Amino acid sequence: MMKKAGLLAALALAGASLANVAVAADDTLRIGVIATFSGPYADYGRQFDAGIQLYLKDHDGKIAGKKVEIVKKDTAGPGPDAAKRFAQELIVRDKVNFLTGLDFSPNAYAVAPIVTQAKIPTVVMNASSSAITTSSPYIARVSFTVQQDSAPMAQWMLKNGIKETYVVVADYASGTDAHNAFEKAFAAGGGKVVGSVRTPMNNPDFSAYVQRIKDEKPQSVFFFFPSGVMPPAFLKAWKERGLDEAGIKLFATGEATDDSYLQATGDVALGLITSHHYSYAHPSELNKKFVKNFYAAFGKEMRPSYFAITAYDGMAAIAGALEKTKGDVSGDKVMEALKGLKLESPRGPIEIDAATRDIVQTVYIRKVEKVDGELVNVEFDKFERVKDPAKEAQ
Amino acid sequence: MTPSCPPSTAEAGWLRRRGGEIALWLAVPLAVALFLPEYYLLATHVAALGLFALSLDLLVGYAGLLSLGHAMFFGIGAYTAGLLSVHGWGEPISGLLIAALVAGLVGFITSFAVVRVQHLAQLMVTLGFGLLVFEAANRARWLTGGDDGLQGMDVWPVLGMFEFDLFGQTAFFYTVAVLALCFIIATRVIDSPFGLTLEGLRENPKRMAAIGTPTAARLRQAYVFAAIFAGIAGALMAQTSQFVALETLSFGLSAEVLIMLLLGGAGRRYGGLVGAAVFVIARDLLSDLNPQYWQFGVGGVMVLVVLFAPGGVLGILRSLRQRLMPVARASTAKAAPVTATPATNKGGAA
Amino acid sequence: MLAILLTVLFDGLAYGMLLFLISIGLSVTMGMMGFVNLAHGAFAMFGGYVATTLMQRAGVPFLVTLPVAFALVALASIVVERLLYQRLYRRGPLDQVLFTVGLTFMSVAGITWFYGPSQQPVVLPAFLQGQVSILGLEVGIFRLFLVAVGLLVAAAVVLGVERTRFGAKIRAAVDNPVMATGLGINVGGVFALTFAIGSGLAGLGGALGIQILGLTPAFPLKYLVLFLIVVSVGGLGSVGGALLAACVVGVIDMMTKYFLPEIGSFIIYAVMVALLMWRPHGLLGKKS
Repeated sequence: MMKKAGLLAALALAGASLANVAVAADDTLRIGVIATFSGPYADYGRQFDAGIQLYLKDHDGKIAGKKVEIVKKDTAGPGPDAAKRFAQELIVRDKVNFLTGLDFSPNAYAVAPIVTQAKIPTVVMNASSSAITTSSPYIARVSFTVQQDSAPMAQWMLKNGIKETYVVVADYASGTDAHNAFEKAFAAGGGKVVGSVRTPMNNPDFSAYVQRIKDEKPQSVFFFFPSGVMPPAFLKAWKERGLDEAGIKLFATGEATDDSYLQATGDVALGLITSHHYSYAHPSELNKKFVKNFYAAFGKEMRPSYFAITAYDGMAAIAGALEKTKGDVSGDKVMEALKGLKLESPRGPIEIDAATRDIVQTVYIRKVEKVDGELVNVEFDKFERVKDPAKEAQ
Repeated sequence: MTPSCPPSTAEAGWLRRRGGEIALWLAVPLAVALFLPEYYLLATHVAALGLFALSLDLLVGYAGLLSLGHAMFFGIGAYTAGLLSVHGWGEPISGLLIAALVAGLVGFITSFAVVRVQHLAQLMVTLGFGLLVFEAANRARWLTGGDDGLQGMDVWPVLGMFEFDLFGQTAFFYTVAVLALCFIIATRVIDSPFGLTLEGLRENPKRMAAIGTPTAARLRQAYVFAAIFAGIAGALMAQTSQFVALETLSFGLSAEVLIMLLLGGAGRRYGGLVGAAVFVIARDLLSDLNPQYWQFGVGGVMVLVVLFAPGGVLGILRSLRQRLMPVARASTAKAAPVTATPATNKGGAA
Repeated sequence: MLAILLTVLFDGLAYGMLLFLISIGLSVTMGMMGFVNLAHGAFAMFGGYVATTLMQRAGVPFLVTLPVAFALVALASIVVERLLYQRLYRRGPLDQVLFTVGLTFMSVAGITWFYGPSQQPVVLPAFLQGQVSILGLEVGIFRLFLVAVGLLVAAAVVLGVERTRFGAKIRAAVDNPVMATGLGINVGGVFALTFAIGSGLAGLGGALGIQILGLTPAFPLKYLVLFLIVVSVGGLGSVGGALLAACVVGVIDMMTKYFLPEIGSFIIYAVMVALLMWRPHGLLGKKS
């Protein structure tokens, strides 16, 4: 019975790979989206969904002439075991041609061995850990890496006369990445990190940490927290303890002023200078059109954030690759086509690096201001064609 | 060679009693293999979590101990098997045994503290231990991978022959085999005098102490057994998904497995398996529809089960059977049906 | 250095007061009724959402939302107690755990449905923001407010139990419910009212705590462990115990965050386990 079942399995696997080519002729493109649609990070999935739906709407629901079917799986946050299982199920049960979504880095790492084994092209729409694109030759990324957004902040601070800083990050992999990338770039330009602290992830109350900073009196502070509830809590504590009055300058990465949480964060964020690859207020025609269409399709309650943009660009990347391969969805051909792909995104020009399959893009320096009664990140400086510094160093 | 003798009456009775069970154990995996091969992965999860719930049943359903930190042993088993594999020793069966050993050892050490307290304190101590282990694993990122999870596992083929494939077929049969073995051992334990002692301790610890039972020692032994089985379940999960997540140690998982057990029916051998199956399958089906509905639905089911079906699914089946077949054949099952409310363990004096 | 220690100590006390406000109801319920109400965090959450809804939709000032949160949650809890909890008093702890956790899941899902999963904002009135200088120390005004409210409530509860007739009835009902019924005390009613007050206080705590604990639908499950720690370490049914335990937890938490941030929550859990092994009934609990 073992042998028979084994034969069945072998036939099924052969069938699945044949089906991959067959589906291309089948005229339906199945795309699996593994993201968070419930729990405290449900907004991530919602934004992905919005970006994907907007792209499909703009293109008649088709990519490269084929009808697109989206299969969503909810990991309810960082859930690498669930992500891995979903990847397997999406490939075996739902027979997807592409995998995408992947908002949390551990989820992306978990699916890497699966997509390598099954040769399914995977487009990462958010997960920002550097080594994700090296963990499988079938993974390309259109979002960003934490290092990519952090290092330019260090460079800009040095350019503007900030010589010493205190680093605060959330205690998880991305926090550590941000810390290391920032410190490296800062030290390389002659700056000095005078102290640092890692705060626990689910921490609601920053008063102790902010007090400590106040007592140490550094020239400036650079912080990195995942977008959501931590940045506003930190900013509140910062204002409450009077650190602005103490003359300590504050800088962060754009997660602190994530567009989808900025209004809720409130005026405590005014004047904060951050580095990031997308601002909802980016003054390009393409972005204005994107925002207009977004509001028309989803109402004004949810503001598009970098999650939605990246989802949109992810779909564009898939479309661009399939255009180059003339509809062939086989993993190796698609990955070849993705390499070196250039796109004009609502955030600015982007490119998928041919060597690393990672994203190359412009990183902007922005300041939070009130425009027409809304809090937005206004870009006022930029670093063009930034590659992931962590890989550059290797 | 001795002339063949007819099987003794006791043996024949055993076959008659357990025959149906054995048939079920053969039929279900076969059915999955023939009709649902696309669901191997899900079925493997059900089997591993079912073993986990069974281990909790030993504690909660039979011994009457309260634990909100049982995932500790699941996770320890998972990380042990995982770390062995990451650092070069990917042989699954020996990995399983070593994981069981480690989990059992930790269970032994903590059992002294857990058994010394009762009621809320016991709940909090088990919870506290679980949280401590979780935090330790979280901090030790260099060892466990932290919240990224343990990557780079490479599990060798089972018995050198059956490779772990993408479809999960090997994983499924491997898990079911281990589950069956553990189930047989658990049944033996439950049917043994030791098992009866545990039930006695659950029902009336004072009287048990009065008749000379070393209550604390027996409870500790039950705790270690539960830890070993939970560790095996965790190792299975790790080996079949070739990944270990921090969630395997979390309070959330401890709570989930308790829910699974109570949904299925505690104190009935199959409660854990049934509860795990119902929970996992329902979650898989409903999450696809809408994740909010899942949480609300699970909460609603929990509320309804407590109000109207305290014995869980098996309790419902039992009362149905009693209603439909009032003149039942001599019941071979255990004594009083155990609802989800075993009297809490009041023993624990040294 | 002394200034730093005092500041951290004060912050810890304020945090502890918040925990006390929310947990005292749980302690009383579990101590007096023996009912494991793990949905207690949900009551606190409701109080928070009542406050934010009033602030956002009706522009009600923050201070006014507090008593409203108390009252509404207290009322709601009476309904829940009479309709549902009452049936479970005789059941074992596992049934109660399963039931109340199920209720919590339903509340979390329900709140997510209506309000979304994001953090709710709170706008404090200007006179509660910022810091004030007391004896050379910079002290947060809101935290001062928290400490004041906490002490007031603690005093009110203790006085209420020790000095009022109702308090006497509570004590009688706890000591010997059968005898109390025999004396004509409506034990069921006493419990219901006590439960309502405890839940109302949780709602108040939830509203007050938005500033410090945040408010999302994940609130009940996120903080349940902390409330349970306060209750078990303090001793079931003991007001003084809950106050003491809450302050201890709050101060230790702040101290570790400030001086040993790498250790994180490890210390709190270790301290809890150690304390419970030493005193299984809590610091000021009674052996029943």
